[in-house]
Amino acid sequence: MFKATVIVKRRPKILDPQGKAVEQGAKLLGFNNVKQTRIGKYIEFFVDTTDKILAENEVREYCEKLLSNPIMEYFDYRLEEVK
Amino acid sequence: MKPKFGIVVFPGSNCDHDAYYSIKKVLGYEAEFLWHKEKDLKASDVIILPGGFSYGDYLRTGAIARFSPIMDSVYKFAENGGVVIGICNGFQILLEIGLLPGVMIKNESLKFVCKDVYLNIENKENIFTKSITQNILKIPVAHGDGNYFTDKETLKELETNNQILFRYSSPDGKISSEFNPNGSYMNIAGIMNKKKNVMGLMPHPERCCNPLLGDIDGSLIFRSVAQHFLN
Repeated sequence: MFKATVIVKRRPKILDPQGKAVEQGAKLLGFNNVKQTRIGKYIEFFVDTTDKILAENEVREYCEKLLSNPIMEYFDYRLEEVK
Repeated sequence: MKPKFGIVVFPGSNCDHDAYYSIKKVLGYEAEFLWHKEKDLKASDVIILPGGFSYGDYLRTGAIARFSPIMDSVYKFAENGGVVIGICNGFQILLEIGLLPGVMIKNESLKFVCKDVYLNIENKENIFTKSITQNILKIPVAHGDGNYFTDKETLKELETNNQILFRYSSPDGKISSEFNPNGSYMNIAGIMNKKKNVMGLMPHPERCCNPLLGDIDGSLIFRSVAQHFLN
């Protein structure tokens, strides 16, 4: 079995109104050095197989087809074997 | 021939009944609900993907609904030239499934916007606006993610192929950021595919069809589509 952790980020050119709003909060709290806050998604799940290549392909396909929209986002993932 | 409108019901759709009421009871065309788990489009002439919050807008708006069993049939129907209208969340689903280009992101203001807006009709060489005599429509919007975005190449393609159907405007048709309710790219409110049989728009035409409620500009779009079948 493998545990996958996926991070979906907005592409740099895509406006991130949430990040902008949160950063306004940071300024109110006095975090004056905080810059360019961007909000993404963290997703974790298990892949029930012993075959690492198969697991990797499935994770990538899941990310490409559903977890991210390539027009506005890109993804990173990590795969680790668990017992 | 009286056209039949098939209205898809997803878990979380909430404008399906408004669409049914306006099309069947107000305008007098045929209408039937289509459950998202079915595959049969029940011989509909026009498919409507209604507004709402399908699958709770989880992940991204429309991202999960586009994998509903019925969407396979809708995709094939559209590819074969069938008429498809996506309203609000329905527009978002059409973007996710790739029948229309681009994406919707959160409104620039971060606020849910619910108000009447004016739309300049950019193109009348299509079944959706062909029989509309006026150039500007007043129709309400109600959305949190209506900020249309696409890359410059796609925008150029949309413009070259005359795929932009509606832009947010002033009551007299002036287009500027002042009249843009959500920050959408180039004030885009509605677009079509290249073949002009699939249309997505953020405003809700089904909410302004009944004269008892005051405005009827929404009905002009459904009438224009129906006219295509009546001819």
